[in-house]
This record gives sequence, structure tokens and C-alpha cells, in this order.
Amino acid sequence: MNKYTEDDLKKELETQEYEYGFYTDIESDTFPKGLNEDIVRAISKKKNEPEWMTEWRLDAFKIWQEMEEPDWANVNYPKPDFQAIAYYSAPKSVDPNKTLDDVDPDLMAMYKKLGISVDEQKKMNNIAMDIVVDSVSVATTFKKTLGEKGILFMPISEAIQEHPELVKKYMGTIVPKTDNFYAALNSAVFTDGSFCYIPKGVKCPMELSTYFRINEGGTGQFERTLLIADEDSYVSYLEGCTAPARDENQLHAAVVELISLDGAEIKYSTVQNWYPGDKEGKGGVFNFVTKRGICYKNSKISWTQVETGSAVTWKYPSCILKGDNSVGEFYSIAVTNNYQQADTGTKMIHLGKNTKSTIISKGISAGKSQNSYRGLVQIGSRAENARNFSQCDSLLMGNKCGAHTFPYIESKNKSAQIEHEATTSKIGEDQLFYCNQRGIDTEKAIALIVNGFSKDVLNKLPMEFAVEAQKLLEISLEGSVG
Amino acid sequence: MLEIKNLHAGIENKGILRGINLKVNAGEVHAIMGPNGSGKSTLAAVIAGNETYEVSKGTIVLEDEDILELSPDERAHKGVFLSFQYPVEIPGVSTTNFMKTAINAKRKANGLEDLPAKDMLKMIREKSALLEMDRKFLSRSLNEGFSGGEKKRNEIFQMAMLEPKLAILDETDSGLDIDALKVVANGVNKLKSKDNAVIVITHYQRLLDYIIPDFVHVLYNGKIVKSGGKELAHELEEKGYDWVKNL
Repeated sequence: MNKYTEDDLKKELETQEYEYGFYTDIESDTFPKGLNEDIVRAISKKKNEPEWMTEWRLDAFKIWQEMEEPDWANVNYPKPDFQAIAYYSAPKSVDPNKTLDDVDPDLMAMYKKLGISVDEQKKMNNIAMDIVVDSVSVATTFKKTLGEKGILFMPISEAIQEHPELVKKYMGTIVPKTDNFYAALNSAVFTDGSFCYIPKGVKCPMELSTYFRINEGGTGQFERTLLIADEDSYVSYLEGCTAPARDENQLHAAVVELISLDGAEIKYSTVQNWYPGDKEGKGGVFNFVTKRGICYKNSKISWTQVETGSAVTWKYPSCILKGDNSVGEFYSIAVTNNYQQADTGTKMIHLGKNTKSTIISKGISAGKSQNSYRGLVQIGSRAENARNFSQCDSLLMGNKCGAHTFPYIESKNKSAQIEHEATTSKIGEDQLFYCNQRGIDTEKAIALIVNGFSKDVLNKLPMEFAVEAQKLLEISLEGSVG
Repeated sequence: MLEIKNLHAGIENKGILRGINLKVNAGEVHAIMGPNGSGKSTLAAVIAGNETYEVSKGTIVLEDEDILELSPDERAHKGVFLSFQYPVEIPGVSTTNFMKTAINAKRKANGLEDLPAKDMLKMIREKSALLEMDRKFLSRSLNEGFSGGEKKRNEIFQMAMLEPKLAILDETDSGLDIDALKVVANGVNKLKSKDNAVIVITHYQRLLDYIIPDFVHVLYNGKIVKSGGKELAHELEEKGYDWVKNL
């Protein structure tokens, strides 16, 4: 966006606390806390779901009950009490028959605070947006323009009603209910999320965007995204996330499944800015997310993520490179400050011949935070000439934080070429003094150095979001050097 | 322009500067020479405000204002520039971007709008020509993979861009071959005016053949032990630093 100037940046730098930490008092329709079969049924009923969906959820719930929360990640946190969470919270004023003009003015004001006014979004920027506040998708814009191309972009709850054949065919095929504890939980209780289908040969003319936000206290957000790019199609998708500041920890356990059919390309970008907790490590979102995509012949999936928020992040956007000549990419910037903990990375599973993957991970740790990269590169026995290049760079600020790298490489094919590079560096006093001497103050100097460090990944984001991401990096690292 | 009185500074109770007195007027070039460890680079760093060093006594006045309490960036906004002996690398940040950030920070501190991109480009073109720099250089990460000579040339390019009132060149000649030395000296000479001043810190007389000083000071053991005209540099070259140790 051209409007963005140094002045805006300066203003933003003056805001010390979490920017999106306000709570909007909209009347919510919230279920009692706790989880059992009845709650799962009630969610399904509330969403007016067909029988098969209810059964699917109940099956997932059974699986989940027998699973245990994983503890192999390099993070420490009090285990959430899953019976103390409300599993459904919808802003009460939502009525699917209403138009945007009828939307609760408080809700609109909230969007405005977030800088994502829906009316504006409609007019400018060529971005179609599906907004999920707590769990229900409130407004979907651009539907008509997309409709003309045959593109489906809607809340997943709507897709279950309108396109059950597609949902049935693909949901749970990439991330099965049995995949892991949080994925099973999500499968049982997901309340909304986005669904997208790009028909054969269609290049989606605009960036598709979803904005998630947790508003109600004591709720979890369990959204589910299913994105199918049919043969030779292309789509670029962006999700952004925020949550209000709260003392208790909020849970976010999402599932994202991408299907990239022959010759298709999916670019999936995330800017995650959930509330990270305060300076003493109190509160903040637990972000336990399962994201995975499958690539068929000659297709490509590219994950780009900028992770600045959440108290604890557990997230590994992955690619199954099933088809020959398919390509997987993972570009990540993860920033942790104060008491934040992040364990994030990717899995590149090479199954097809001539498959290629690239991993570029930039971890920035400040304060007393811990930042881990965890990645798996797996080459199957039939994956002739598979190639991987991984680069993991860590930048440390101060001497109380930690950076960790856990790369796993498994190759069952001799023709594979795998490269792994890693660096660790520290923002030096000499670098800061050099910038200061040129008239650049310390906050700005850190921003400059961090942006330089992250450049390879920032370049992968769509332009408008790259600017937003740069600002986020600066906000996240405020006050990190005394 | 600059007046330093009885300046004492050091690191962790270890005194390095032990009573420096120096007066530099606008339009003058001063050379500070001295053996290794005499405090030359410390003096440069203290004038620029490097907080690694603690000032225990004395004053530094720039244009009638005591700048000792000012942060390094505030001093830079007032026109202090230091050409580093060892310029640092900043990966991923191009020289152009770095200069744009620096110039606009300085303009902002002085109540000016950002320099329009068009003017910035024009300025970059002029100043890089002055230092015979390949402009491709400017899009590369700052100082990353630069040779010693390229780094020094880049320092003087930055000086040209920032147009300081007081430029301190800390061992700018080290690591330069004779051709590069001439280009850098020529650049400095073109930037000289009646309104600014230059302090050249050097170990050798060589640079002073190209940047002719009005005054030469010999620093030894944290004090200026001898001052004179440009002929003092030649005398030092002949007699060696052992000579000043006995002054």
C-alpha cells in the first residue's frame, strides 16, 4: 500500500503494547464450557449439518479421547484444561440473510480497529476476504467476481451445505482425524474456517484472504481450511490472525489442508499475530496448528509464514510431494520476544521422481524467549533425483534467549541431493553503534537489521502483506534491547 | 566548530584519554597521529558518542552546545560523522536503503520532510560518481563481502551523502592501495568547505600527502604531546614515534 509512510511507522513504534489488545463487547452466543459427545452433536446441530458430518465429528471425538497431548516439542506450558474451554462462540447478531450493511456496528468498528474494514476491502486492493471472528464467518466479499470464474470461496460451514461432494472427497485426506491430538480435536469441534476451490486451468485473479480473530474470553478457535487447486490452476491465499489481550491462555488449534492437483500452484501465506502474552509471560494464545498440503504431478505448494504472535507456537506446514516433478517450498520468519516459545518448521516428504523442495527459515529470538526450528526432509525409495535445499538462520538479541535447530534427514534413495546450511548470529553492539552514528536510532536500527536478516522470506510475501509483515516485526521486537 | 577541554575517558576504570584539549574551527583540517594504543580511535569513538567508553571528566562542545549528554544518533543529527576503521556488515540491507534511512532520520530530527526519491537518486548518482564507485555496489548488502578498500570508499560515500559539519576519518587509509587512496582523498578534498571541518586520524604520513592538514597533533599515552603545522607529519615520518615518547 502506497499510503504507508515512515510517519506511520514512527507512530506505530510509539505503541508499546499489543496493538490489537482490545475486547469488543458484542453479544455472543456461547456454549457452556466443556467437551463431550453432546457438545459435539450440538455444534453440528447449530451449524445445521448433514448426518454424515455429525458422524465424522463424533468419530474424531472418539479418536481424540484416546490420544494424548504430544510433549516432544521444545516448549513448556501448563497443559490446557480441555473441559474449561467453550467450544462454540458466535457473535449473536449474525444472520446469513443480512447484507453487510446490516452487520452489527460494533463488529464493524472492530474491523476498523484491525484496519480491515470490510467496505474498504470491497473497494480496494483486489483482495477477497473471508473474516472469521471467533468461529463464525461473518462476511464474505468478492464472492460474485470469483463466482464468474467458477471459483468457490466461502466459509467451510457453507461448503458443507452447498458442496458436500467436494468436502466429503477431500476433507481429512491430507490431515486425517488420527493425525495428531490437536488435529483430532479440531476435527471434532471445528466451528468454521474457509473453503476454496479453483477450477481446472483457472488463475485466481486476486489474493484470497481470511482474517481470524479470537474475541470471546475462555473460548478456543478451531478453524478448518480446505483449499483445492484443480489441474493447472493457480491461487495465492493469505491468512492473518489476531486476538485480544487476555490474562488466561486461549487455545487455537487449526487444521489446514491443501490439495494441489496436476500442474496446479498454491501459494499460502500466513501472518500470525495472536496475542503473545504480556512482558511477564502471562496470558497469550496457544497456537497448535496442523498444516499440510499434497502435490500431484508437476504441481507446487509454497508456504510462507511470518509468525510474530502467540505464547506458544507448535506448527509445521508441510508438503507431501507425491507427483513426479512436484515442488514444495517453505519460507518462514518466526519472531519470539519476552517469554514466547516457538517450535516451528516443516516436513518435506519426497515420494515422486524429480521432486524438489526448498526450506528457508529465519528465527529471531529476543527477551527470554525460546525459538526452535524443527524440520524433516524425507526422501522415499522411489523418489529418483529428489533435491532439497535447507537454510536455517537464527538471530539472537540479548543473552537470555535461545535459538535451537532440529533438522531431521531421512533418505532411502541414493540419487537424492540434500543440502543443509545453518547460521547463528547476534545483533552486535558494533552494528547498533554503526547505525546510531549515521543518525538511525536504536529501535529503527534493530528493525533495519532484522528486516535485512529476513529479506529472503519477506520477498516471498505478496507486496501489501510484506509491508504489514515488516511493521509487525518491528512492533514485536520493541523494547527488546535495553 | 569543535572544542574539547580536558577530556578524560576510558573503559571500566582503565583510563585511555588523559586530558585532551583540541580546538577545531570551521574550514580546517586537523590530523591526529600517534603510535598504536595512544588513544586515537578512542578519541574518535568518544566524540561520536560510543557508550562503550566512559567519560569521567571534561567537555566536548560542538557549535556552542555541550554534546556529551547526547546519544550517538543525536550527535549524528547535529552533523558529526565518523568514518569507521572497521566498518560493520549489515546483511540484507543495501547501501542505498541504509543511506535512505539515515538521511531521512537526520532530516526528520531537523524538522524536514523525507527527501523525495527523485532527489535521493540524483544525489546518489552524483556522490557515487565523485568516488568513482560502481553503482551496482550500492544495491549490495552493506559492507558484506566488500574488500577493505571498498569498505573505506563506501564510508566516504556515506560521508558525501550525509554532508556532515564535522567528519572524523579513523584510519581511512589503512587497507587502501595507492589508487584507492587518491580517489578517497580526492573525494574528501571535494567535500571540504569553509563551513565544515575534518579530523583525519592516521598512523602514517602517506594520506596527508593527499589530504593536506592545517594542523597536526601527536597523541601519545592519552594526551596531545605536540601540535604543529603539516611539516610536523614529515618530522614524525623521519624520526619515528620513539621520538615523541621522549617529549
